[in-house]
Amino acid sequence: MPDRCVGPFSLMFPPNRKVRLMKRAASPIFVAAIMALGLPVAASAQAWSDQAIDPAADHPEVPVSYEDGGRYYTEDDIPTFNIGDDGAVDWLSFSGFRRYHSECHVCHGPDGEGSTYAPKIKNSAVNLEYYDFVDVVVNGRKSGNSVMPHFGDNKNVMCYLDDIYVYLKARGMEAIPRGRPAKKAGKSDLIAETENACMG
Amino acid sequence: MKKLFALTSGIALCAGMASANDDLMGLIDDPNQWAIQTGDYKNQRYSKLDQITKDNVGDLQVAWTMSTGVLRGHEGSPLVIGDTMYLHTPFPNIVYALDLNAEGKIKWKYEPKQDPDVIPVMCCDTVNRGVAYADGKIFLHQADTTVVALNADTGAVEWSVVNGDPSKGETNTATVIPIKDKVIVGISGGEFGVRGSVTAYNIADGSLAWRAYSMGPDSDILVDPETTMHLGQPVGADSGTNTWEGDQWMIGGGTTWGWYSYDPDLNLVYYGTGNPSTWNPAQRPGDNRWSMTIMARDADTGMAKWFYQMTPHDEWDFDGINEMILTEQTIDGTERKLLTHFDRNGLGYTLDRETGELLVAEKFDPAVNWTTGVVMDKESPEYGRPQVVAQYSTEQNGEDVNSTGICPAALGSKDQQPAAYSPQTELFYVPTNHVCMDYEPFRVSYTAGQPYVGATLAMYPAPDSHGGMGNFIAWDGKEGKIAWSIPEQFSVWSGALATAGDVVFYGTLEGYLKAVDAQTGDLLYKFKTPSGIIGNVMTYTHDDKQYVGILSGVGGWAGIGLAAGLTNPNDGLGAVGGYAALSDYTALGGQLTVFSLPN
Repeated sequence: MPDRCVGPFSLMFPPNRKVRLMKRAASPIFVAAIMALGLPVAASAQAWSDQAIDPAADHPEVPVSYEDGGRYYTEDDIPTFNIGDDGAVDWLSFSGFRRYHSECHVCHGPDGEGSTYAPKIKNSAVNLEYYDFVDVVVNGRKSGNSVMPHFGDNKNVMCYLDDIYVYLKARGMEAIPRGRPAKKAGKSDLIAETENACMG
Repeated sequence: MKKLFALTSGIALCAGMASANDDLMGLIDDPNQWAIQTGDYKNQRYSKLDQITKDNVGDLQVAWTMSTGVLRGHEGSPLVIGDTMYLHTPFPNIVYALDLNAEGKIKWKYEPKQDPDVIPVMCCDTVNRGVAYADGKIFLHQADTTVVALNADTGAVEWSVVNGDPSKGETNTATVIPIKDKVIVGISGGEFGVRGSVTAYNIADGSLAWRAYSMGPDSDILVDPETTMHLGQPVGADSGTNTWEGDQWMIGGGTTWGWYSYDPDLNLVYYGTGNPSTWNPAQRPGDNRWSMTIMARDADTGMAKWFYQMTPHDEWDFDGINEMILTEQTIDGTERKLLTHFDRNGLGYTLDRETGELLVAEKFDPAVNWTTGVVMDKESPEYGRPQVVAQYSTEQNGEDVNSTGICPAALGSKDQQPAAYSPQTELFYVPTNHVCMDYEPFRVSYTAGQPYVGATLAMYPAPDSHGGMGNFIAWDGKEGKIAWSIPEQFSVWSGALATAGDVVFYGTLEGYLKAVDAQTGDLLYKFKTPSGIIGNVMTYTHDDKQYVGILSGVGGWAGIGLAAGLTNPNDGLGAVGGYAALSDYTALGGQLTVFSLPN
């Protein structure tokens, strides 16, 4: 099941970075394999979310290394956010803001700030590695009566998984303040194309 | 007096099914008990008890407390039947029977086994609004939609029936209402594309008596096209499908998770239906009947007598599920059977509950701005319809456009937290939200059992007001006017209680139980309980002494939106953090606190 869940949805690897991907062994197939095996994510439900973020510290999954069709990546090809010189957020971060507040905020609270019963997920997006974050969203997790549902078959989440991830990572780093981003970059043709293909 | 009553009650229990309703009605009429979540069938939440008065309530003190053992949002209240208190919890929906003769010793405890997978398909916390009693049974409607009848003396399961399918997003948070030989139950899941329904099960064995959907073919929604009325006109054929495009009605929402009231003389049960699904209005053209509707149905058959759709083609998630409060009041010299309802959309409605005639529709929060009001001219083609202000219309502004400054927010000027009514003052006491929003709808796709929302929201305290997020108001339902209004820092998410002692009680999200003067609203007493209050205040006597009980345990919608505080994106830099965060005032809890006067 998990491989089927991940397969049709695009974990957005830039097509021109194949070499690097192979070196890092982070191909979509490999991700699917991890999920099929159901490898446990070690941290407990609360631990990673409660770890406060120090934006000044070294966060290897944050700095932008390159841009590809309006999407931004770290040097390890992990999707990340970008704030322009004029303060505009990249399209994915803005899109993530919208999708987060449709699909996720009824548990995780406005702006990723957490609620009385679900963790402060803006911190999780920084503290968790990208593939672990993806795993939790796709497959869900349980810890007693604390349950994260699996969204693997929900297009409204899976087609926007990177969007939600980079938005929350930006929130965790306090690179975007609470509320609706005031300025945003435009939506690239590539992003629009991919979205349409995914939503069907 | 009380002992005598308990005895007759015991006899009634043995008399069997036919008297179930008489038994419960007798208990409801006895102010020493708290026999139903809503105080009575009228949902007045008014107690004739008068030991605690506006003159002595300032001396109130804590008599006893009990932890429920669960740390989630605690809605509803305990029941008191005779010398036993029945106390429920949020998921996993534990029920305790407490012996009031033995200082609250636990007589029995029932804890259902439920799949935790139901938790994340419950929108907005795992609350439960309490158990019901009839015919010697305690009725629990679990999160996973299992309705279970427990022997009130032993806690043994007498029967159970499954009302819905959580894998499709069908869950439950509401209490049930026992009427005659049936128990009537609703369903949640409007944010998962569930098609709402109300179902009656036979108290004797849990067998299905009738089910009425909120939308669909006439045979599903239990209407007679000729005799079921809407604003004085027959609804006509196919009214539950002909205001929908295609098959959207099949995932149309209109869930039924609020409170139910009942008029034994008319034999009508009253409730409201929730928002149409999805939150993106562009994906469901038409009036989307019968979402957002006040319904009056025959309690025996489910057949609808009348409907009134308050918010045709909802564009803001203004669920219509809030309680219907039944009163007898004189209008223009004639005593009328009235129904008063404070809707999420910010309008306070008064209707004739026999005919469904609309008498009053006025804003109960001056901040409400999405409508200029409801057309009351019966000759107008717009009769009964709220007039939408284009600026705040998420439909007219369109998909992918952020409509800003809409009041109220999606959680409504009032959510499910029930109001009270005092026949002495003829005032309604209404816990309200004072919160506005930005709302941006966009296209979503439907997957069974997955959220089906399609809008993004930002909420903030009503601008140009007192800065708080709530008010506790007194409302004149005949005139449609606010008598007085108490500003509150947070939304008031607790059900109110009015008493013959001229006192009105309510709880606050910081955790205060407050008592105010029923005439003036003056604060007479407050006490900070261990956690924020989203439960409903109740009262009863034991050994001739009056007690007031309230559940603490912050959560629910309020625990999501307010935990970290709200921000106003329009305020710019510097304002962030300027609004209070609930987490600065209270933490999770799960506790019953019972108050009394000193001996």
